[in-house]
Amino acid sequence: MKAFNKLDGLVCPLDRANVDTDAIIPKQFLKSIQRSGFGPNLFDEWRYLDHGEPGMDNSVRPLNPDFVLNFPRYAGAQVLLARENFGCGSSREHAPWALDDQGFRVVIAPSFADIFFNNCYKNGLLPIVQPAEVVDQLFRECEASEGYRLTVDLAAQTITTPSGQSFAFDITEHRKHCLLGGLDEIGLTLQHADTIKTYEAARRQSQPWLFHQA
Amino acid sequence: MTAQTLYDKLWSSHVVREEADGTVLLYIDRHLVHEVTSPQAFEGLKLAGRGLWRVDSVVSTADHNTPTDHWDEGIKDPISRQQVETLDANIKSFGALAYFPFKDKGQGIVHVMGPEQGATLPGMTVVCGDSHTSTHGAFGALAHGIGTSEVEHVMATQCLVAKKSKNMLVQVNGPLAAGITGKDVALAIIGKIGTAGGTGYAIEFGGEAIRSLSMEGRMTLCNMAIEAGARSGMVAVDEKTIDYVKGRPFAPSGADWDAAVAYWNTLHSDEGAHFDAVVELDASDIKPQVTWGTSPEMVTDIDGSVPDPAAEADPVKKGSIERALAYMGLTANTPVKEIPVDIVFIGSCTNSRIEDLREAAAVARGRTKAASVKQVLVVPGSGLVKAQAEAEGLDKIFIAAGFEWREPGCSMCLAMNADRLQPGERCASTSNRNFEGRQGQGGRTHLVSPAMAAAAGVTGHFVDIRQL
Repeated sequence: MKAFNKLDGLVCPLDRANVDTDAIIPKQFLKSIQRSGFGPNLFDEWRYLDHGEPGMDNSVRPLNPDFVLNFPRYAGAQVLLARENFGCGSSREHAPWALDDQGFRVVIAPSFADIFFNNCYKNGLLPIVQPAEVVDQLFRECEASEGYRLTVDLAAQTITTPSGQSFAFDITEHRKHCLLGGLDEIGLTLQHADTIKTYEAARRQSQPWLFHQA
Repeated sequence: MTAQTLYDKLWSSHVVREEADGTVLLYIDRHLVHEVTSPQAFEGLKLAGRGLWRVDSVVSTADHNTPTDHWDEGIKDPISRQQVETLDANIKSFGALAYFPFKDKGQGIVHVMGPEQGATLPGMTVVCGDSHTSTHGAFGALAHGIGTSEVEHVMATQCLVAKKSKNMLVQVNGPLAAGITGKDVALAIIGKIGTAGGTGYAIEFGGEAIRSLSMEGRMTLCNMAIEAGARSGMVAVDEKTIDYVKGRPFAPSGADWDAAVAYWNTLHSDEGAHFDAVVELDASDIKPQVTWGTSPEMVTDIDGSVPDPAAEADPVKKGSIERALAYMGLTANTPVKEIPVDIVFIGSCTNSRIEDLREAAAVARGRTKAASVKQVLVVPGSGLVKAQAEAEGLDKIFIAAGFEWREPGCSMCLAMNADRLQPGERCASTSNRNFEGRQGQGGRTHLVSPAMAAAAGVTGHFVDIRQL
């Protein structure tokens, strides 16, 4: 996993509540057996005027000029500003893969759906929860000022606006440690293989019906 | 000992180790695997030279991409076919306790197949790279969806890195009115608490109305816990749970059965256990539900009308209603009963089990598809459900009514196969999500119960099945 430390990034505001993972990456793109290449199909149904299918040359498809991601002022954005319950619906990890592939490293919202929130951390993408009034303020500032950027410092757990105003955010120690180090979580867990084996042996004893000859 | 909730019991019995910040390694008993969210996980194992920690925890099937007709012609879409063939190859090289490939008689939607095989048992932790894994909580199991990185993590370590959720009790008091199903209860709950109402919680469903539901009804309800924002929903074990499990292929037998039942009978919340949130509903208030918008919380009952955004004060909510009405092609204040439908879909991991098909068939019997309805698709949840329905003659009832009787799979719930809505088509659907584009780009979804869907199919619009 790629590490996340500190970022100074352009902000793109997506002013809708309950953005679901079907909207983030529509189902036809889930047929891929790869982990990358989803960026051009991020928000596909909102982003393009035609119907997208895998294998199309996305560079020649008609863009929806009313969709915020297509505004020239937000080109290259790395911070997505969103509304309540972002990432609800399907557990597809293709959603954070698509955001990451598009170049986003941070999503800020008043709330996230649980599975999406968890999936972000596995991909070096930092989801940040802020109170609704802070998110409202960031939306206002971002829309009012072209080139609006935020500095996100994971070690310090702060977001800083261009005027120098700082907001703190929460993250568990475990997630912070993994993100800062870009650590392989499977490798970390396997350091406890003996503990897992001990637990498993006891379970096999107490609930033998959970174990079969495969 | 302190009184524990069902969730507390399931959680604490699976903790392998705990860190200072509360992050735990949670042991996983059952890993259900399908073709869409597993290829990158298997690829990760290969690249790292790892295998499955416990082959006998994996039960797998192909469901999302499989066609529901012309099985003799195979999977026509080459990239769908590649994904299914990739699963075949991965199971062959990594192994599994059981695999039900495309065309196998045990093949079906992963959340229908697991319970019917006895691969889902009370007291288990059950995960799958699929948000509707919450379904299995109906058995007094801790079950939830995970992402592909976590799929790989469970494959390699038999554990998840997890943090405990808060406890929520959703209590539905009193008896349900005649004709009210688990689907109506689920939608009524989501209408009350919203699609983010359960975020951060594990929900236990309790109360007389829940106890009265069959296992199929409880699966429907727990299936939609995720649409209320909760990764997992669950129902305490009772006689119905144990009766359902008994005799299934992977259920215990003999002395193991007796020991298992003794343990399973402890899987309920203790008297006086603490819940962080309690939501109560009166069952007698629940009428047949119909969604009108593009989120499951945008729901009303059959006597209701499409809302008027002008009446909404909150600007974010008002914007959501306006956008939903524009997408759905609906006018504010239209009575639900006046909304015509083009397509009916009866199926999905929410409502494709035998009881669902019986309820739909009871409405279809002796009636015929309305001329204005283009298509009524009936897609059984698995090969075993299909065989059972045919043994009961349900297929003949559907076909006589002008409905199409298909092969099992996820089908038009998410339209990864060829079953999908065309832009602007309006569908009465027994599935779980009415998101924009979910059933096909530009398609318009109204979520209902199987009986309500069948009734819309024979009348051409939504009707109160209690008055049909």
